[in-house]
Amino acid sequence: MSIRREDVRYVADLARLELSAAEEEALVAELGAILGYVEKLAELDTEGVPATAHVHDVGTPLRDDVIGNAPNVEALLDNAPERWEGFFRVPKIIE
Amino acid sequence: MSASNLDPSRLTIAAAAERLRRRELSAGEILEACLARIAATEPRLRAFLTVSGELARSQAREADERLRRGEPRSVLDGIPIALKDVFVTRGVRTTAASRILENFVPPYDATTVARLRERGAVLIGKTNCDEFAMGSSTENSAFGPTRNPWSLDRVPGGSSGGSAVAVAAGQCLGALGTDTGGSIRLPAAYCGVVGLKPTYGRVSRQGIVAYASSLDQVGPFGADVRDAAILLEALAGHDPLDSTSAPLPVPRYQDALRPEADGLRVGVPREYFQEGMQPEVESGVREAIAVLESLGAAVEMVSLPHTPYAVAAYYLVATAEASSNLARYDGIRYGRRAAAKTLLETYRRSREQGFGAEVKRRIMLGTYALSAGYYDAYYVKAQKVRTLIRRDFDRAFEQCDVLVAPTAPTTAFRLGEKTADPLTMYLSDVLTISVNLAGLPGMSIPCGVDGGGLPIGLQLIGKPFGEESLLRAAYAYEQATDWHELRPDPALCAAQGPAGGPGDGGARR
Repeated sequence: MSIRREDVRYVADLARLELSAAEEEALVAELGAILGYVEKLAELDTEGVPATAHVHDVGTPLRDDVIGNAPNVEALLDNAPERWEGFFRVPKIIE
Repeated sequence: MSASNLDPSRLTIAAAAERLRRRELSAGEILEACLARIAATEPRLRAFLTVSGELARSQAREADERLRRGEPRSVLDGIPIALKDVFVTRGVRTTAASRILENFVPPYDATTVARLRERGAVLIGKTNCDEFAMGSSTENSAFGPTRNPWSLDRVPGGSSGGSAVAVAAGQCLGALGTDTGGSIRLPAAYCGVVGLKPTYGRVSRQGIVAYASSLDQVGPFGADVRDAAILLEALAGHDPLDSTSAPLPVPRYQDALRPEADGLRVGVPREYFQEGMQPEVESGVREAIAVLESLGAAVEMVSLPHTPYAVAAYYLVATAEASSNLARYDGIRYGRRAAAKTLLETYRRSREQGFGAEVKRRIMLGTYALSAGYYDAYYVKAQKVRTLIRRDFDRAFEQCDVLVAPTAPTTAFRLGEKTADPLTMYLSDVLTISVNLAGLPGMSIPCGVDGGGLPIGLQLIGKPFGEESLLRAAYAYEQATDWHELRPDPALCAAQGPAGGPGDGGARR
């Protein structure tokens, strides 16, 4: 499986990653090698085999709907790179 | 060595707890002995990213107060424990060994951390690991690699390398790690300690910096099997904050520790003895199997035919989950934010500057595997192969209680040996990864050393929620041998000690 430079750029865009030219170039080779390796899965006939969704089916647990307090708002905002009063501050998104 | 003059940092948890209870030793003395070991060895080993000495000293004082009153909270009261830096800790910096979380101070504790606090454990610090637990050598840490205390030019294994080293070097009495593809068992094997990866769902994942949520599991490192059992008992159990944690009762794991293996059915998977494995690893593991047989175990060969496909399936499933989990690091609510004019640029640059090369590689691979046109061919195919791997184990466990195999095909490799080729590094996990894909419990215990004095790991694999059989087999083996008593030479790790060059081993028998 070969992967092209524009594939790397497209995927980087989906992943919201800015990449340098050197990083793009390295990823073309590295992802190509890894995708080449995982091609071996195609050797296996998986017709009719269900995909694993959960390794141990322990059912879907339900809990009572109880009102509680989220972690301390101040403590959460303390970790914000930029804040303004009780808000996370971000670059302008609407002109 | 007599008990009275033994360095307290070299005690097992069980032995230390007994001395604490009898008031022959204080929690403060144990902690200071560990902090002294940290001061002497850290310049070389770099197992810790944060040493929380002040917090630990106040916890040790409180523990000593309870012990004085004869009211310890548990066997862990006053015992210094280290945490891989992916466990969020209230008020203590948690980085996941990543620049993007370099200054993150969590406002809450992981459930497992809270359970340790409730039981009186002393939290001595946060250990180094591969960034976001992605790696097999601890070389992917943004803050520099950790070194193997048996030979400083070797890696400790990864991703929980710092936790394994901290236990091996007596910097703490026990430690926690996480295991997504072998990240507890591989470093345990490379560092000559006991590491246990519980069944998926046995221990809460709440408050663990997520890597691959269908594979991640929390587990302990200890100096011996009993210590691992003690820690597992403290950690295990349902957590309402983790809906994948199993609502099953927690056995008294220490009760499973008996010095015989009568009637235990042990399977040896033939695919785990592959071409190219280090001959000393193979002979060490085969000798260990013979020991189990002499203790009453019935040994037979089994087959796990889909083993050769596990690494490929893993690197699609794990990276797909990682690409989704790591989308949260966007520079908005916490973590590093790069200067940018638009929101989109903020995301892209914060992630560009905050993530290391391996993390980017896995995000890219996972995003690719999930993207339109490739989802069925890669992600769904891998999840189907995962089913085949699970069925292999189901069949093997129809005829046995535990499987035994090497933890890794070789002993610890050299720093830098595999960093140039990601795929070679991925293949270090070839013998541990299937266990995560199948959600099974696995364990690594020391079973010998190679010609260079590097530890060899024996891997035990159990049925879902079959930790008791694992512990029973491991304990019986341990009682019949003394590999677990072998520790690295303290002089080698000390700042004033000889430089670590090729061939520098630990203390030999």
